[in-house]
Formats: sequence, C-alpha cells, structure tokens
Amino acid sequence: MLEARGLTKSFGKVAAVRGVSFSARDGQITGLLGPNGAGKSTTLRMFYTVLRPDSGDALIDEVSVTADPLAARRAIGVLSHGAGIYNHLTARENIAYFGELHGLEREAREARAAELIELLEMKPFADRLAKGFSQGQRLKTALARALVHKPRNVLLDEPTNGLDVMAVRNLRKLLAQLREAGHCVLFSSHVMQEVEQLCDEVIVISGGQVVAAGALADIRSRAGNAQLEDAFVHLMDGGEAR
Amino acid sequence: MSSWRGIWAVFRKEFRENLRDRRTLLSALVFGPVFGPVAVALLVQFTIRHAEAQSDENIQIAVAHAERAPNLLAYLGARGVDVVKVEFDEDGARAAVAAQTHKIVLEIPEDFGARLSEGQPAPVVLYSDSSRGFDRRGVGRVRALVAQYGLDIAQLRFLARGIDPISVLPISVQEIDVSTPSSRSVLVLNMLSYLVLLSMLFGGLYLAIDATAGERERGSLEVLLTAPVPRENLIYGKILAAAAYMLVSLVLTVSMFSVAISFVGLEQLGVTANLGPRAAATMIACCAPLVIFGGAYLSIISGFAKSYREAQTYIGLLITIPTMPLMFAGLLGLSAKLGLMFVPFLSQHLLLTTVVRAEPIDPVFVTVSVVSTLVYGALLMWVAGRLYRREGLLG
Repeated sequence: MLEARGLTKSFGKVAAVRGVSFSARDGQITGLLGPNGAGKSTTLRMFYTVLRPDSGDALIDEVSVTADPLAARRAIGVLSHGAGIYNHLTARENIAYFGELHGLEREAREARAAELIELLEMKPFADRLAKGFSQGQRLKTALARALVHKPRNVLLDEPTNGLDVMAVRNLRKLLAQLREAGHCVLFSSHVMQEVEQLCDEVIVISGGQVVAAGALADIRSRAGNAQLEDAFVHLMDGGEAR
Repeated sequence: MSSWRGIWAVFRKEFRENLRDRRTLLSALVFGPVFGPVAVALLVQFTIRHAEAQSDENIQIAVAHAERAPNLLAYLGARGVDVVKVEFDEDGARAAVAAQTHKIVLEIPEDFGARLSEGQPAPVVLYSDSSRGFDRRGVGRVRALVAQYGLDIAQLRFLARGIDPISVLPISVQEIDVSTPSSRSVLVLNMLSYLVLLSMLFGGLYLAIDATAGERERGSLEVLLTAPVPRENLIYGKILAAAAYMLVSLVLTVSMFSVAISFVGLEQLGVTANLGPRAAATMIACCAPLVIFGGAYLSIISGFAKSYREAQTYIGLLITIPTMPLMFAGLLGLSAKLGLMFVPFLSQHLLLTTVVRAEPIDPVFVTVSVVSTLVYGALLMWVAGRLYRREGLLG
C-alpha cells in the first residue's frame, strides 16, 4: 500500500511536483501516467527515499518515508530508470548483493536468487558477467534484484523504456504475477497503450499535479472519450491551461 | 550491528567486482608495483655505468692557438686531458661550443707568452655552454688544472726570489665527507618514497572512481540508495575497498623495490640502501595508515564528479596535492622532526627516508605519525559520509 499526501518538491526555482496525493492499493497495478517532465520520476524518487519531499509525505504500508526512511526502504523493491546493474558481476551476484544489503544471510539470499532466476527464466545467462547483457536480460536482472527481499510494494520507473516487444510482454506477465500474489505495484510511463493494457488504476500527472485518478473506465468516461489517448490529451490540455 | 553488515557487503562487492576489472588490476598491481621499482633500478644501473665510464675517461678539449702555450699544454696532456688543436678566434670558439662540435674550448690569447714572461697576469679563455650538453666535471677539472699550473709557476717565482712558497699558503682546506654509504643512498633513492606513496595512491584510484562517479554514471547508484543501509555506510564500504587495494599496492611496491634494488650493484656507487625484508616491513607499517586517508581523499574528489571522465580529470589535477610536501622536503632538505610527524605523507616520507638511511627511528615519531594519519583519515571518511547524505548526490 502506497500513499502520497500532498507531496511537493522543487529544484531551485523549478517546482517539479506541486502537491501530489494519491494511493495505490495492494493486489493492484497502478500506473503513473504523464508526459515527459510531468514529475513522475520525482514523485517515485520521493517514495523510494532518494529525494526528500519539501512538504507532504509518502507512506509505505503506513510507514512515513520522512520519519523512518530505512524501514520504508525495507518494504519496497525498486526498478530505477535505466536499470543500472553491475557489469563485472554475474546476474546471480547482482541479485545476491542486494539480498545482502537487505540483510539476508548467505543461504537465504542464494536460495532466493535461485528462486528468482527460475521465476524470471534467467537460467541461460544467470552466471555470466552482466557486461554483455541485452536490454531484456538487464531488465530481468534489475527486476530480480528489486524483488530479492520479497517486498510488499514494487516501484518501477519507466520499466519498458528501450525494450523490444517480447521483453515488454514478459514484463507485463511478471507484473500480472505480482498482482496475483497480492503485491502493490506502482509504475510510471508516458506510453498510454502500456498503461491501458496493464493497469487497474491510473493516476494522470501533468505539470507536477494529479489531473485525474481512478479506474481506467472512469477516466475515459469523465473525459467523455472512449480512447484513453484522447482522454489523455484532453486532460493534458486541461492541466496546461490551469 | 546491521550497519556493519552494510559496510561489509559493499566492501566485499567492490573488492570482488574490481578484481575483475582490468583497469583497476593494472593500476593496482602492475603500474605502480612493477614500473616504479624497475624504472628506479634501471636509472640507478645507468648512473653506475655512466659514472664508471666517466671516471676512466680522459677529458676532451679543443685548444685554439696551442702553439702559444706549449708548456701549459704539456702539463694538461700529462694529467689526462686530450687536446685537439684548432684555429679559432673568439667567434669561432663561441660557434663551436654553441654547435656542440666541441664542448670545451680553451683559447690562448696572442700575448699569453709575452705577459707570462713579463710577470703580468696572463689570461686564458675557457668556453663552455652551461645550458647545453654541459660537462661540469670536465670544465671544473680544466679550470683546476690551469689554476694549479699557475700556482706552480708562482711557487717557482717565489723560490727564485728566495721566499718560501709555503708562506703564501696561509690556509689549507681539508675536506672530509662524513656521509655513510647508507646515508649517501638517500641521494640515489630520493625518489623511492615518492614513488612508493604515489604507487599506493594509484592502487585505489580506479576503484575509488568506479565506485562513486562510475556507479552514478551507470545509473546503479540510484537503486543502491534504495537499499536499507544508511547512505554514509555505503561510502564507508567503498572507501575501505579502495584502501584495501592501496594496501595491496603498497605491499607489492615496497617488496618489488626491495627485490629490484638488490639486483643493482649499488655498492659500486659507494652506496648501500637499507632495503632488506626488515626494512621493507617497517616501511609498509609506516605507510599503511595512509590508505584510509588516501581512499577517503580520492572518493571525496570523485564523489563530486558526475562521470568517470570528469572524476579522472579532477583526480589528475588533485592527486599530487598530498605529495606536495614531499617536494618541499626535498628542496628544503627537511629531516624528521616531531612537528612534521603531524603532516600526512610528509611524515611517512621522512620515516621512509630514515629507514633507508639505516638510522634508528624514534618510536614516538612513528606513533605520532600513525595516530595523526589515522585521525585525518577518519575525519575525511566522515566528510565523505556527509557528502553521501546530500540529496544532490544523484546530480
């Protein structure tokens, strides 16, 4: 369960996020939709405690990221923008390293890494150095790394960037699995089709503010358009006009 | 307790990952430890050869108008000076020295013989170019021989007038060189401590860059910061990993020096360097506390950089700063004093020099050096921790 309460964040004179509030429930996939520069990444970064909100708060399973960032971090798995992994470590070592950082003992983290390698179908490249990995292999490694401590909440920043069709399908399947397992999944995207295919709930962000939130059907009907893309453009125009 | 685990996890990962990085391995295990000692050994060897060759050699000089001073030339010839007779005037002599066709030209003026027989000072002119291919030893010897020749004539003149020549030499200087072979070695091995300290720094250089600026550039830093480990502990782990590589580099470099120098015939220079296993161990122990300082220093510098390249540029400019005091020490001829033991790098340099000289080292000096260096290292680590807690870290 993730909850944003009036989050604001400025960089110098630029107000990136201006009072964002929403919640993302367990057992659901929530999409953070918005154009480039809308404040999606900044919002996510406040959730995963890399940035500190200027005001407002983000709660992860009721734990405040400002009051207890370490506890908040234990409850989340993060797939950051670009999915940077360590080239001189194997996929398995990349996963196990984060297991260790999350305090798993050796046997536990090795068992967990093996489990994730199985789950994400990473066997063929699990023990190769990450140096020569394809984008899809990198993404799987980064995702396994994010899940190593079995976090209740999973945050993904533009996870489909740079992936081919097959890799995107794979990711979609995985996110659906996480939803079935009762996780709270929050991911950001600027691609409507993606959000349309995956999400139960959508939060549309523009200019650092939430311009619409709710189930897909609601948003469509509220904008009076059947296509999400049209609804999106409609909302953006409204957002810019304000 | 759990925070120690975070530091340990980061340390192990950085240590292992960099073992697989050719760049790190080359700089830690090859460049400093091998090239430095080998270069010094070759240089010393070359110096020895050169010195041997020079001491046996006659000095070559060109003499313009040799026929004007046959006795002087016979005197020089009998004392190891090979004379080439030339017909230069002043301009010709200058040109020959400038063109280096002759390094030293002695010109005998026309009135040399006449002035000598009249008892007036008889000038000779000695040409050499101190900016190019200057043969200082040769010039000095020719000057001394000519002066001695003049003195011999003077003594004969006094004798002819019934005066004891001894009475015009009221003072005689007796030179005694009290340097021991080991202390003389410091001249030869002056650069040793500099190379050891620099090689040590280079050992952790690439790891420090890779673990900070490199990690940020690759985009893995962001995820690392989401791990439930306090941010300062992440950088502590990285600093300690860089320090570990520096320690490895230090041990290898000093050992290699010890081996390489033993192959060089230093005794032929009248020099012995105290670089046996015991001395090497002492040197390593004196320098080891510096690795924390060095690791933190390099990590802080590259922590400010946004990319690997940027970090390399900064470090290229700033890596020499800690070793600056060494240059001053060389220029000012500083020797170990208690106050200087508080200066990192300088104190290690002075202790190394003491060890190489085979002089006793004061345990108080060592203690002050070790403790103060560790304190500075801890201070720099704290600064690095503060730096990593900054929000702007991701840039």
